[in-house]
Amino acid sequence: MNNITESQIQHRSHTSFALRLQKWRKSPVFYPLIGFVVIFIAMAFVNDNFLTSTNLSNVARQVSINAIIAVGMTCAILTGGIDLSVGPVMALSGTVAAGLMVAGFPPEVAILGGLLVGALFGAGNGAFVAYAKMPPIIVTLATMGIARGLALIYTGGYPISGLPQGFSILGRGEFLGIQLPILVMLVVYILAFVLLNHTAIGRYIYAIGGNEEAARLSGIRVSRYKVLVYTISGLTAALAGIVLTSRLMSGQPNSGIGFELDAIAAVVLGGTAIAGGRGAIIGTLIGAMMLGVLNNGLNLMGVSPYVQNIIKGGIILLAIYISRSRDK
Amino acid sequence: MSTLLTLEHISKSFPGVNALTDISLQLQEGEVHALLGENGAGKSTLMKILCGIYRPDQGGIVIKGQPREFHNYHDAIAAGVGIIFQEFSLIPYLNAVENIFLGRELKNRLGLLDRSAMHVRAKELFERLNVDIDLEVPVDHLSVAEQQFVEIAKALSLNANILVLDEPTATLTPSEAEHLFRIMRDLKSQGVGMIFISHHMEEIYEICDQVTVLRDGCKVGECAVQEVDVDDLVEMMVGRKIESSFPVKDARPEQPRVVIDARCVQLHKDAPANSFQLYEGEILGFAGLVGSGRTELVLGLLGATSVHQKVVSVDGAPAALKTPADALGLGIGLLPESRKKEGLILPFSIRENITLNNLRKHTGAGGLIDRQNESESVDELMAKVRVKAPDGETPVVNLSGGNQQKVVIARWLNHECRVLIFDEPTRGIDVGAKAEIYRLMKQLTALGVSIIMISSELPEVVGVSDRVAVFRQGRIVATLEGDAVNSNEIMRYATGGTSDEQYH
Repeated sequence: MNNITESQIQHRSHTSFALRLQKWRKSPVFYPLIGFVVIFIAMAFVNDNFLTSTNLSNVARQVSINAIIAVGMTCAILTGGIDLSVGPVMALSGTVAAGLMVAGFPPEVAILGGLLVGALFGAGNGAFVAYAKMPPIIVTLATMGIARGLALIYTGGYPISGLPQGFSILGRGEFLGIQLPILVMLVVYILAFVLLNHTAIGRYIYAIGGNEEAARLSGIRVSRYKVLVYTISGLTAALAGIVLTSRLMSGQPNSGIGFELDAIAAVVLGGTAIAGGRGAIIGTLIGAMMLGVLNNGLNLMGVSPYVQNIIKGGIILLAIYISRSRDK
Repeated sequence: MSTLLTLEHISKSFPGVNALTDISLQLQEGEVHALLGENGAGKSTLMKILCGIYRPDQGGIVIKGQPREFHNYHDAIAAGVGIIFQEFSLIPYLNAVENIFLGRELKNRLGLLDRSAMHVRAKELFERLNVDIDLEVPVDHLSVAEQQFVEIAKALSLNANILVLDEPTATLTPSEAEHLFRIMRDLKSQGVGMIFISHHMEEIYEICDQVTVLRDGCKVGECAVQEVDVDDLVEMMVGRKIESSFPVKDARPEQPRVVIDARCVQLHKDAPANSFQLYEGEILGFAGLVGSGRTELVLGLLGATSVHQKVVSVDGAPAALKTPADALGLGIGLLPESRKKEGLILPFSIRENITLNNLRKHTGAGGLIDRQNESESVDELMAKVRVKAPDGETPVVNLSGGNQQKVVIARWLNHECRVLIFDEPTRGIDVGAKAEIYRLMKQLTALGVSIIMISSELPEVVGVSDRVAVFRQGRIVATLEGDAVNSNEIMRYATGGTSDEQYH
C-alpha cells in the first residue's frame, strides 16, 4: 500500500506545469476567477478611487449579505433545486430577532430565535420538496409569499427600531481591523467549504444533483439530505437578515426584495451548474465579489442604476455562455 | 453494387481513455456490416464521427464517391446518414407522426400544420417497413420495439440510405428482434446499407454480410461473415481464446440457510402476491421475458417503490425495508439495470462513485473524509474488479460500459454486503468483461454472499444460476433446481406453454 502512495506522490511531483494548468482549467472556479480578475482590473483602471482600502473594505462588507445568502443557495442548486424564499425569510428572521430584543430578550437569545425561524422555514421548504415531491421552484415561490406576509403581519408593516446598542456590533463592529460582517461571511464560507468538500454530507449533496435516482438506489437517504439543504438555506438567509438588522439597527419587514436573484446570480457566475451536481462554494464567493465589484465600480463611475441593470444582465449572460461552451 | 460509404484512415484521440487509430471501412449498397468489438474498443467513437458528433483528427468520410466533412449531426443527416442510438431521441408525449416530422412539419397554404398529409406520409413509411403501429398515441405508450421502428421510419423519412443501428436488439424480446431483422432485410433489398452493432454473435450470423472487428481503437480484421466462425470472431475481439465463460458451479449444501424470506410481496392491489427464499451463498436467477415483472418485484422488495403489501425477513428477523437505505443497512445492495440512469453519478470520478454509499468507512474523527484512506481503498477495489482507467480520479463518463459496470460492482464490494441483486449485469457488455463479471459473482458467493441475478439472456441464467425463479406476467410460476435449470424448462414456464419458441 505504501508503494502505491509513494508512486502517486512521485507522479504528482513530475506533473508538468502544462498538465497542472490543464487540470486547473477543468476546475469549476477557473473561469469565474478570470472573470473576477478582469472586472477588478478594469474597474481599477477606469476609477482612481476604486483601489483605496476604504473602498475595497466597503465592497467586501456590501457583498457579505448576498454572499452569505448565496451559501445556502449554492447547496440548494447543487442538489438540482433552488430556493426563491431567501429574501423574505431573511426579512422574517431579522424582524423576529428585532422583535425579541424589543420584548426584552438579550441579543444572544434574539439572534438564536431569528436563526431558528429561518431554519424551521427552510426545513418546511425541504419537507415539501423531499416528501411531498413538489418542484422546489414552486414550493419556494409559494413560501416566498408566505414568509413576506408573516414578516409584515409580525411587524404590522412598520420597521422595528429601538434595538439595544450592544446589538450593533454584528453589523458595524470590527475585529482585528476587519469589519464583522466580512468576518461572519468568511466563517460561513469556511464552514461550507469543509461541509461540501470534506464530509460525507457534502458528497451526498453533489451526488443528489448529479443523479438523484442513482443516489437513492445506492442507499443514500436523499429526502433527509434535501431537507437539510433547504434548512441550511433558511439558516444562511436568517443569518444575513440578522446581520442586516444589526447594520441598520432596525428590523425591516420589506428588506431583501430581489435578493434571491442576486444570490442565484452569484452562484451561477461562480460556475455552479444550475442543473446541479457540479460547482464549488469558492466559486460562489467569487461570483458574489464579482457582482459587488461591478456594482461599486459602476457607482463610482456615475453610471445610472437603470443602465447598471442592463450591464449586470449582460455580464451574467456572457458568463453563462462561456461556461456552456466550456462544458462541450 | 456500388459503395455507399467509405471511412478512410480515421484516427481520433482524446486526452484520456479512448482513441481510434487508422480505421478504414467500406459499406456497400444493400449490405449489413457488423461492427464488433469489446466495450471501449472504439465502436461508439467511430459511429459518432460518422454522424458528425466528433471530428476525426485524421482521415475522412467519403459518401458515394464524394468526400464529406461533417460539422454536426445535421450535416450527416443531410448526407443520408441515419443513426438509431441505444437511447432513443423521441419526444415521449408526441405521437409517431409528430415525432417523425419534428422540426420539418408539413404545412398547408395557410402556414398551418397539414396533419392529414403528414399522416399519409407516415403511413407510407410504415408500410414500407411492413409495420403496423398506432400512429395516434404518444410514443411512450408504444413498446420499445415499436419506438425503435418509429426511429427507423424517421431516419428513412430523411432519405437515409446509410443506417447505423447501435445495439438495437439489446432491449427487444426475441420475437421483436425477429421483426426488426425482417425490416432490415426489406431495407437491404431496397439498397439501404446498414452498420449493425451487437454483442450477440448469433445475430451477426443471422443478418450480417460483412464484419469488421475493432480492438483497442484499432481494426484487427474484416471479412465476410460466412468465412469466420464464432470462436475466431471472439478471439479477434478479445485477443485471446476464451474458455467457457461460465464458472463451474459448486456443490450446494444440503440444508442451506435462508437469508431473505420474502412472503406475499404484492406490488399493488390486483397484482399477484409472490414469495421466494434466497439461500446463503447461492445465485438465484430471475428469468422471464422482458416485462415479466422481475425488476419491479426487486424494486418493491427493497423499498425503492411502494408496494401494496410485503412480509420480508432477513436472517430470520422481520425487516421493514421502506427505502433502499434500509436495505443497505441490512447489507442488501442493488446493481440497477440502467447503469447511467440509475447506477452512476456521471459528474463524479471513479473514486467518488465507488465510495458513494460507504463514506462512513472512510470518515475519520471529526466527521471529515480521510482522502488518503479513501484513495487507497479505491485503488485496491479497482485492481480487484480490473477497471481499465488511468486512476481513480478519471471521470466515469470517460469509461466504456463494461468498466462502468465494474465501478458499480466495486461500490458494493466496498461494503460488506450479504445480498447483492444484479439487474441485467451484462447488458451491453462484451464477452471478455462478461466472463470477468461472472468470475466476480462467483468470488462473492464463495465468501457467503447471496446473489439474485435478473437476466434476459437464457444462456447466462442457465450457466450461472444455482436455482432459477421463472416469471410470467408478474408472477413467479416456477422455481427450478438442479437438472431442471435448463433452457427448455425455463422457456416452457416463461412463455406459459410447451412452446419451442426460440429465446436468446
